[in-house]
Amino acid sequence: MNDPLLTLLQTKARYSHTELAEALSLSPEDVSARIAAWEKDGTILGYQAVIDDDKVGDLGVSAFIEVKVTPERGGGFDRLAMRVARFDQVVSCYLASGGYDLMVVVEGADLREVASFVSRKLSTLDGVISTATHFRLKTYKEMGFVFEQEEPEGRLPVTP
Amino acid sequence: MDYVAKISRQVASIPRSGIRDFFELVQGRDDVISLGVGEPDFATPWHIREAAIYSLEKGHTSYTSNLGLLSLRKEISRYVSAFFGVDYAPGSEVLVTVGVSEAIDLALRALLNPGDEVIYHSPCYVSYLPSIALAYGVPVDVPTRKADDFALKAAMLEAAITPKTRVLMLNFPTNPTGAVMPPAELEKIAALCIKHDLIVLSDEIYCELRYDEDAHVSIASLPGMKERTILLHGFSKAFAMTGFRLGYACAPAPLIEAMMKIHQYAMLCAPITSQAAALEALENGSAAMMKMRDSYHRRRDFVVGRLNEIGLDCHSPGGAFYVFPDIRETGLSSKDFAMKLLDAEDVAAVPGDAFGEAGEGFLRCCYATSFEELKTAMNRIDRFVNSL
Repeated sequence: MNDPLLTLLQTKARYSHTELAEALSLSPEDVSARIAAWEKDGTILGYQAVIDDDKVGDLGVSAFIEVKVTPERGGGFDRLAMRVARFDQVVSCYLASGGYDLMVVVEGADLREVASFVSRKLSTLDGVISTATHFRLKTYKEMGFVFEQEEPEGRLPVTP
Repeated sequence: MDYVAKISRQVASIPRSGIRDFFELVQGRDDVISLGVGEPDFATPWHIREAAIYSLEKGHTSYTSNLGLLSLRKEISRYVSAFFGVDYAPGSEVLVTVGVSEAIDLALRALLNPGDEVIYHSPCYVSYLPSIALAYGVPVDVPTRKADDFALKAAMLEAAITPKTRVLMLNFPTNPTGAVMPPAELEKIAALCIKHDLIVLSDEIYCELRYDEDAHVSIASLPGMKERTILLHGFSKAFAMTGFRLGYACAPAPLIEAMMKIHQYAMLCAPITSQAAALEALENGSAAMMKMRDSYHRRRDFVVGRLNEIGLDCHSPGGAFYVFPDIRETGLSSKDFAMKLLDAEDVAAVPGDAFGEAGEGFLRCCYATSFEELKTAMNRIDRFVNSL
């Protein structure tokens, strides 16, 4: 990310425009105008809290699904990938190199919901050759945030 | 050719919709924030759209049974049983229609002989009066009042019943007021229907969109009422599927059979693609529906709060996605208020009298529009009211 404002927003999205401006020595008007333009043209797609599900006792499950796909003439993988991506259960969807084509991350209330999504929606699509579902067991890091709180560092207030 | 003479007297006598008049004025104006559109601002949830696409891909493009796909009727029966607590046999007591609008037309045509009276409460949805008239019935309107939060009072209903009354039409939650029925009053109304041997046509299209603690009660679920109720429901509002045009009627078999007689010749069947989408909505749509409902709930609270702050007295409606503020304090008629608001501030809301005389002095504002737009609209209404 070359733009310092975008870089800062990735970890400090909740900063006010004044705070962002102060941190980067910009004017608040400039910050507001640039953010508004990015929101409008889709450079910034949204803002969200990164939540440790275990802490809130959320029993939902996530799965990483490798999908092999027959590319379409003309459209390649895009049309099918978009069709999969738009389901509410799909939180991420990537085209990947290697042994499979699409990596689809799915969330559901329980195993049954995810299994039903894979068997009834995903694998029945024309063009889907096979799927391999891997359930998530534990999260160590997400969206740049490490899930284990680090010990407060024992840095001295004054050092030689 | 003298086309006027070629149009049937019955059709010629039907007045144009007041909403349509108003919206012809709004058309072509830029920068108008519309609080006038009576449909969800969400696109149909993707999984439902995808089911429609899938069914097309698989070549499901034929007619279905006149009653609708049996798999859909089974699912409707299950849903209605769980939501309303009334059991209908999928084979003979459920009819899939092209929206609730078609179902209303079918029911009225199936039930009425010329001159039969039909009671409905007003302000009400704009199609009720013309639908009754087109079925050669006589519309009898019972006003509801702000003092009662626009619920129908049994005493006022009873005063309107005559020996010619055949049908009572109910629509709770109500378009345009968002009113819901207190269960105790609904029980009194049920007792009147039994006493006077009326058939009830209950349009409950907004029933999932309820925002307060009390659950929705259908008149069909009250003792002795299933046998005399035609329960009408559909997918447009709760699942944001207006364009799919899909509704259904649940009623005793002889009534469904009579409605089906008209439906099979006038419509044949509801579109199969829409039926496939509806099946998906009932099987897997509850999470998406609840998300939309919660979003309407937040917007209702915001709009009701702002309108009362502005000084337009507005009860907090229990359902649907409309608020019905009282604008009489301003000294303007509904029409004048709506026209001046549109001219001065580019906010479109429908004058209450478009929904019957009982709506005069009120304005229907639909809050199924984005939060940002609602905020701007409320600020503009504030400025407008202060300028009067």
